[in-house]
Amino acid sequence: MTVDQTATATAAAALRARMTAISGAANVITDPLELRTYECDGLTSHRATPALVVLPGTAEEVADIVRTCAGHGVPFVARGSGTGLSGGAVPHSEGVLIVLSRMRRILEIDPVARRAVLEPGVTNLSVTGAAGPFGMFYAPDPSSQVICSVGGNVAENSGGAHCLKHGFTVHHVTGLEIVTPDGELTWLGDGTGVTSGYDLLGAFTGSEGTLGIVTKIVVKLTPVPETVHLVLAAYETLADGGRAVSDIIGAGIVPAAIEMMDALSIEAAEASVACGYPTGAGAVLLVELDGPAAEVEAELATVRDLCEKAGAREIRAADDPAQRAGIWKGRKAAFAAVGRLSPAYIVQDGVVPRTALGDVLARISALSAESGIRVANVFHAGDGNLHPLVLYNDASPAETEAAEVLSGQILDTCIEYGGSITGEHGVGLDKSRYMPKMFTAEDLDTMQLVRCAFDPASLCNPGKVFPTPRLCGEVPGHHRGPHPAVAAGQAEIF
Amino acid sequence: MPISRTRPAGSPSSPDLAVAGKALAAASPAVREGGAADAIEGVTPAFVASPTSTEEAAALLRVAAGHSLAVVPRGSGSRLGSGGGVAWGTPPARADLVVSMAGMDTVLEHAAGDLVARVQAGTRMGDLAGVLAAAGQAGQEVALDVPAASTAGGVVASALTGPRRLRYGSPRDLLIGITIVRADGTVAHSGGKVVKNVAGYDLGKLFAGSWGTLGLITEVTFRLHPLPGARAYVTASYSDAPAACGAVAAAAASPLVPSAVELGRAAPGGPLQVGVLLEGSDSGVAARAALMAGVLSSAGTIPVDVSAETPGWWPGAPATAGGTLIQVSFWVSALAAVLATIDSAARSLDVTATVSGAAGAGVVYVELPLGVPADVAGRFTGELRRALSHERGGVVMLAAPAAVRAAAGEHGGMTGPVPSARLMRAVKDQFDPGGRMSPGRFPAEGA
Repeated sequence: MTVDQTATATAAAALRARMTAISGAANVITDPLELRTYECDGLTSHRATPALVVLPGTAEEVADIVRTCAGHGVPFVARGSGTGLSGGAVPHSEGVLIVLSRMRRILEIDPVARRAVLEPGVTNLSVTGAAGPFGMFYAPDPSSQVICSVGGNVAENSGGAHCLKHGFTVHHVTGLEIVTPDGELTWLGDGTGVTSGYDLLGAFTGSEGTLGIVTKIVVKLTPVPETVHLVLAAYETLADGGRAVSDIIGAGIVPAAIEMMDALSIEAAEASVACGYPTGAGAVLLVELDGPAAEVEAELATVRDLCEKAGAREIRAADDPAQRAGIWKGRKAAFAAVGRLSPAYIVQDGVVPRTALGDVLARISALSAESGIRVANVFHAGDGNLHPLVLYNDASPAETEAAEVLSGQILDTCIEYGGSITGEHGVGLDKSRYMPKMFTAEDLDTMQLVRCAFDPASLCNPGKVFPTPRLCGEVPGHHRGPHPAVAAGQAEIF
Repeated sequence: MPISRTRPAGSPSSPDLAVAGKALAAASPAVREGGAADAIEGVTPAFVASPTSTEEAAALLRVAAGHSLAVVPRGSGSRLGSGGGVAWGTPPARADLVVSMAGMDTVLEHAAGDLVARVQAGTRMGDLAGVLAAAGQAGQEVALDVPAASTAGGVVASALTGPRRLRYGSPRDLLIGITIVRADGTVAHSGGKVVKNVAGYDLGKLFAGSWGTLGLITEVTFRLHPLPGARAYVTASYSDAPAACGAVAAAAASPLVPSAVELGRAAPGGPLQVGVLLEGSDSGVAARAALMAGVLSSAGTIPVDVSAETPGWWPGAPATAGGTLIQVSFWVSALAAVLATIDSAARSLDVTATVSGAAGAGVVYVELPLGVPADVAGRFTGELRRALSHERGGVVMLAAPAAVRAAAGEHGGMTGPVPSARLMRAVKDQFDPGGRMSPGRFPAEGA
C-alpha cells in the first residue's frame, strides 16, 4: 500500500467512525455489495459507487454529517427515493451518499392554514393521503408519486400530468428547512408564501440538490375539486388531435391535464394492459377537467364540441373515479408498455411551445424514418412537454449510438423551436452537456453565482447540472472590508 | 448603518463623475444629467440613462462598473417615490446613475396560443393588458393586480401583488423567463418562453423581489391566463373577529376556487368586511356565488351581498397615501391572533390602524396615517413583532416616511428578523461584489 492509499484509507476509516457516531452503525453502509444498491437512480445508464452511505434520522444528524464532510473536503450527494430520471442522485465515487428515506414523518397538517409540514423522505402520494380527511390534497403529482419523495420533488421541481393547471412543486412549497453545504441548519421561507428578502426558497427549488439538503418542507394543501371529468377523444392523426388542443386552449379553458399518445404507444398500451382505447386510432387525446361542478359542466360541453369539430372519430367521457382510472390506465402504462416493444429505450423529456407541437412531431417522425430508429410519442400536450420514447436494440452498438444521436437531435429540435431540454426530469448528470446549447456561457456563469453563494467549495452534489464548474474565487465572509464607497472617499459612515 | 453621500447632489462636479459622464455618453445617446424630478427622497442622481435595448443597458452598466458608479434601476418610479413621494423599502443611499426603463417599453412577443408574453422591462402593465385583452376569443391577462402605470420590470423587482395572489401567486409564479444585466454589464438569461421548464437555476425567482439590488432586469416573459368571462364579489360584514376569521378560512378552503379572499377593516374594533372574488363563466360564477354566500353567511345569520361590481372597500394592490404601510404575513390559522395583536397595539398606542389585504392567502396590510408620530409608528411595529410568530410569519414595513424608518431602527428595522439573511448576503456579494446596485436597498440589510 502506498502512502497515498494509506492516507485515503485512514481518512475513510475516520469518516466512517464519525458517521457511525452521528447516525449509529446500523445506518452507515460501507459493505461494497450493499453500496452498489445505491449506484444509480431511476436513470440506470449513469452509475457510481459511493465511498459510504449514511441514513440519518434527524435534521441535526444531516447537519452534523454535512459539517463533517465539509470539514474534510468530502463531496456529498443527497438521495430521496432514487426515482429521478436524469442521474441527479448518482453518488460521488469518493463521497458520502446521504439517504433521507428514514426521515419520513408527516409532522403536521394544518387544515385551516392549508399547510402540511413534512420530512423530506415522505412519499408524494402519502401527503395527499394524510390531507384527504380534511378535504384536501397535495397537487403536484409526478408519475412516480407512489414512491418518490417530497424532498426529491423539491430538488427537481417536479411537475406531473396536472401541473398544466395546478402548477409545479415550486408553486406549492412555502418553506424549507435546509442544511447549507457548510452544515448550517436554516429556513428558506416561513410557510406563509410571502417572501421577505430574496426568494431563496424559489431559487433553491429545482436546483437538483446542488445548493443544500432539505430537512423539512412546508407545502400548500389544495381543496379537493368538487368534480373531475375525463374526456377521451380518438383521432386519425396527431395533427387532428393537436388541433383540438389548440382550440380548447383558444376557447379560454385551462384543463387540469391534456395528454396525447400516438399510434405506437396506443398499440403498446393495449397489448400490455388492455386499456380498450379505440382500435386503429392514430392519436388518443385525454382531457381532464376539474373544479366546481358549475364550471366543469359548461367546460365539458365546450371540450366535447371542440374535440368533435377537430374530427374525433370517437369520444368517451367519464366522471366516476373507477371509470377515469380505467381510461388513465393506458396512459400511465405507456412507458413500460412501449418498453416491451424493444430490448431498450430512452425516455426523452423536452419542451416546445404548444403551438409548435405539430411541426416538432413531424420533425421527430422524419428523424425517426431517416435513422431507422422507432420513436413512440407520449406527451403532455397542454404544456408542450414531449416524452418521445426512442426504441433500440442495446445489443447492437451501432443502433445504440444511432438512438443516442436521435435522442440528442430531438433536444436540438426543442431548442430550435424555443423550448427547453427538460420539462420535468431535470438536467442532472445526463443533460449537462446540452446546457450550452440552451444557454450562453454568461447565462451559465451567472447561474453559478448562486452556486458560489451557497456552496463555494463545490462539495454539494458536484458535477451535476452545469457542464463546467465555476471557480468561486475568494469566499466572502461576514466581516468585510470598508464599504467601497467609503474606501473611495465618496461616502462616509456615521 | 446608513451611508450618506458626501458629494453634492445633482451636479457632476467631482472629476470622477465628469469622466464617467463622458464615458456614459459614449456608451449610449440617451444619457442626461439628473434633475429634481429624478430625485429619490432628496438624493438626485448625477445621470439618468434611458437605454432602448439590453445591449445598450449592458454598455451603460459596464461603464458604471468601470467608474464605480452607484446604479439604481427605475421603472415607473412609483416605488422610488419619484415626483417627491416616499420610496418603498429603504431608499438607495447613493444614486450616481439612474437607469430608466422608459425607453424599453415594447411588447416583444405575444404568443396567444401558448399563453405567453415577452416584454421589455419598461412596458407598462396597463399597456400590456390592452394588448392581451384583444387576443383570441376570450382575451388574456397577466393575472396580477398591479397599477396600470407600473412597469413589468418594476412589478417583478418589487414582487408586490394584490388580492388574486390566492389563486395565481405573486410575480415570481407567473414569470417564466428573464433577461438581466449584472452589475458588471454581463447579460444573462434564465428560463425561457415555455411554462414547463426545469433547465438550470431559475434566476427569475431570485430577481423577483430583489428591488434593483442584484442587477438590472431588461426583459421578462410572463405566462398568461385567459380572461374570465364573468366575475362576482361575494361580501359580508362581521361585528366579531372570530366569525370573520372563520369565514376567511372557510372561503379559502372551499372547493369553489376563489380567486381572492380579502379582509378589510377601516378602524380598530370596527366591523370587518370579508370579500370573495369568483372568476369563471357566467353560469358557473352565478352558481358558485350562491354557494359561497352560504359559506359566508354563518348558517344564515349574516347578510351576504353578491355583485358583479368591485366593492368600494376592495383593497386592490397595497398602496400608501404617505403614511406607514406594514405588511403582516401569517399562517391563516393565526389570523384571529394577528387581528387581536394589531387591535391591541393600536389601542395601547392610541393610533388608527386600518387593516386590509389577502387574508385568505396569509397577508394583510396595516396602514398608519401620515400624522402618527414616528416613534409611535416604530413602537407599533415593534409590538407586532414581539407578539407575533417569527417562525411562521413576519412584520415588514413596506413604505414609511423617513422619520418612521429611522424610528423603526430600534424595533428590528424595516424587515425584522429575516431567515437565512447570511445566505442572502452571500448572494448579494456574488452578484454585486462592489455593492453598487441600489446601495442600501438590499431587502435584508438591517437583518
